[in-house]
Amino acid sequence: MTVSPAGTAPPPATGTVPVLETEGLSKSFGPVHALRAVDFALQAGEIHALVGENGAGKSTLIKLLTGVHRPDAGTIRFAGGEVAFDRPADAQRAGISTVYQEINLVPLLSVARNVFLGREPRTRWGLVDTAAMNRAAAELVGSLGVDVDVTAELGRLGLGVQQMVALARAMSVESRVVIMDEPTSSLEAREVATLFEVARNLRSRGVGLVFVSHRLDELWELCDRVTVLRDGQHVHTGPMAGLDRVSLVAAMLGRDVAEVAIEGATEFGDTHRQAVEPVLTVSGIDVRNRLHGIGLRVRPGEVVGLGGLLGSGRSETVKAVYGALPVRGGTVEVGGRRVRPNSVRHALRAGIALLSEDRKAEGIVPELSVRDNIALAVLPRFSRAGLVPERRIDALVETFMRRLRIKAASPAQKVRELSGGNQQKVLMARWLCTEPKVFLLDEPTRGIDVGAKAEVQALIDELAGHGLAVVLISSELDELVEGADRILVLHDGAVARELTGEHKTTSALLAALAGGRRRAEDGDE
Amino acid sequence: MTTTVSREESAPASPRARLARLAQRQGALVILAAVVLAATFSFDTFGTTGNLSNIALQASFLAVVALGMTFVIMSGGIDLSVGSVFALGGVLAAWGAGHGTWAAILLPLGVCGLIGLVQGLVIARGGLPAFIVTLAGLLFARGLLLLISDEGATTYKVPPDSAFRELAQGELLGIGYPVWFVLVAFALGGLVLHRTSYGATVLAVGGQEDAAELMGLPVARTKVIAYTVSGLLAGLGGLLMASYTSSGVTVLGVGMELEVISAVVLGGTLLTGGAGTVLGTLVGVLLLQVIKNVINQVGSLNSNWQAVISGTILLVVVTIQRWLATVQRR
Repeated sequence: MTVSPAGTAPPPATGTVPVLETEGLSKSFGPVHALRAVDFALQAGEIHALVGENGAGKSTLIKLLTGVHRPDAGTIRFAGGEVAFDRPADAQRAGISTVYQEINLVPLLSVARNVFLGREPRTRWGLVDTAAMNRAAAELVGSLGVDVDVTAELGRLGLGVQQMVALARAMSVESRVVIMDEPTSSLEAREVATLFEVARNLRSRGVGLVFVSHRLDELWELCDRVTVLRDGQHVHTGPMAGLDRVSLVAAMLGRDVAEVAIEGATEFGDTHRQAVEPVLTVSGIDVRNRLHGIGLRVRPGEVVGLGGLLGSGRSETVKAVYGALPVRGGTVEVGGRRVRPNSVRHALRAGIALLSEDRKAEGIVPELSVRDNIALAVLPRFSRAGLVPERRIDALVETFMRRLRIKAASPAQKVRELSGGNQQKVLMARWLCTEPKVFLLDEPTRGIDVGAKAEVQALIDELAGHGLAVVLISSELDELVEGADRILVLHDGAVARELTGEHKTTSALLAALAGGRRRAEDGDE
Repeated sequence: MTTTVSREESAPASPRARLARLAQRQGALVILAAVVLAATFSFDTFGTTGNLSNIALQASFLAVVALGMTFVIMSGGIDLSVGSVFALGGVLAAWGAGHGTWAAILLPLGVCGLIGLVQGLVIARGGLPAFIVTLAGLLFARGLLLLISDEGATTYKVPPDSAFRELAQGELLGIGYPVWFVLVAFALGGLVLHRTSYGATVLAVGGQEDAAELMGLPVARTKVIAYTVSGLLAGLGGLLMASYTSSGVTVLGVGMELEVISAVVLGGTLLTGGAGTVLGTLVGVLLLQVIKNVINQVGSLNSNWQAVISGTILLVVVTIQRWLATVQRR
């Protein structure tokens, strides 16, 4: 196979016939409809943005287009003909290259190996021509402005470099379609510029590009058209030019543009519980490439909402406060005492609890009983010489099951058998057992039914009423507006706005979410 | 396109890290050299040509099997069936020798290759854990062996006039044929690993299977080939052993899979897959064989010490490898 980084133009697709097109594409995972009858069309020679919040179906669509999953219904047409890819190799052979969101390369192999895996240049005897491979890889990677030893193990290089290697791999074949799923999330500004240059170069050669990014600014900078997905459905397709931020965000969040006020938010510092000292004081939290000088104060009994689009740094903020994400700088104080950074143990001991976003992966032990799930967090504190005082735990579990109105047949019932809402309450009970002073809740009502949602919301209110300081992350505007006393809106890892009092309205929040890269005065590096 | 950007990551590794890397890759070689040197000075009989060629010959049976295991482990799997398959191959070869030399060669290779193929298909296409599937293969092959040998009571003999005996008993330049087989097989193995797509794919599958799948690599096929070759080579090892001993010994190969895995891991192949060398495996096999030999040299020592010492060395080497890996990362 010939390798030409600059490349020769593939046969230019003509006129308005899309190079890649889907019709009525649907996919379910168990009871979850990940994608419902989605129509999508990519023209040759365009950069097409694909946007949507969590669970919108972007990743599913990409995985269907690239042969990772097969659709339940609907058709995919590529270069004029209907196709059914059984596996990623089929899609790649047909001419669809993908740069996946997580870097999907092999860390133990060299850079050059990774670029050419599966299609290595051969010598006359059919063996891998290592010298030619290294040379071609060096040239390809070099053309992306990255200077690395291509024989170095990939895993030893920085994330940004690895991402560029993934891009080099995608470029090493002649493709008619290149799909980039959040390619910029781990790149420095300089590397982003290079990536854009590569993308535009591909476009000028008639390649169709699908570009996924949570950095809205990038869409206007790079893309020609945009398709918005929400809850697995197609919502909007249109040109980027002439589209304003608020309309785009409104489409992503499922809001009517009419109810959005462009100007809504006001100055900072308009707080209404000045009387009490904050129990949680966070200042200048810095996480490489993610958070830039996040500051946050929460008073006892106060619910502070964290708003922001996907990728704005909400979850990272609470994880950093909790010590689960390594920070470069900044301080966290609870009750005036500094908490040792980067240590979950010390955060817990100081009275910080985190209910994480992904309760399946990071919280619930489905095969254990309700009682054992709740007791997990207090076991170390309660046990004496390794023995667990059963009766004390029983009493505690019973109290919390009553207080949180957990609906289970008995404390011995397996958590797996409970509804999503009750699982969430079990997790909350687990953390409340540790008697936290600050409770960080990351999307506490996601994926649970309406009734349970209301109960969890009422519970949060009640907890705050008893003096707990709460930080609430939610993607639902109403939940933030009604649930939180104040809302901090994050953008690109910094606090951009604060909404309080009468300015804390749904439309103001939406406007703030859409608002550009305005950052808090002291927020940036 | 853009000006070249130099980065901290591309700076050459520190000498300390490079030394650690070398030690990790070649740690077994260092230990082997040390043991050989010590043994040469301690025992007059160790360094003799006769003893050394004996070590090489004895090691060759294990080495053939370990080569297949190396690829399986590098692909992120494990093959527990090799000991039983080795024994089965030997019995089939001895039985087949009664029907001609070709039967003695093709029958064991065919049956053992087939066992490997089926295991590979079940693992790769069925998605079952290799540990369980090859454990079943271990029982299956051993059971088959007992069936055809009247529960081990019948030991098939290779006819005295059979050319099949020559296969392992013959010599070239004073070195037994099995040793030559091993040298050729390992040279081919190295070529496959470093200079073919297949080799790189094995490492990719073992290193990051999901990524390999998304890169469009033939993941399933790669695994099927690895297990098939492992079965074939285990059968070949048994076949050579049958030729060497002129009989199909039914009690061979019990626990051999663990010895083979030890040799592979000693040789620097990651048990989790994704990295390794075939040369390392050869060194690992030799190390185990030399230890065995040295303990035999010390006449007073109970031969059971061999397992104790091998086990200890394995543990020490793996611990050092782990430690060196963290040193490199720093």
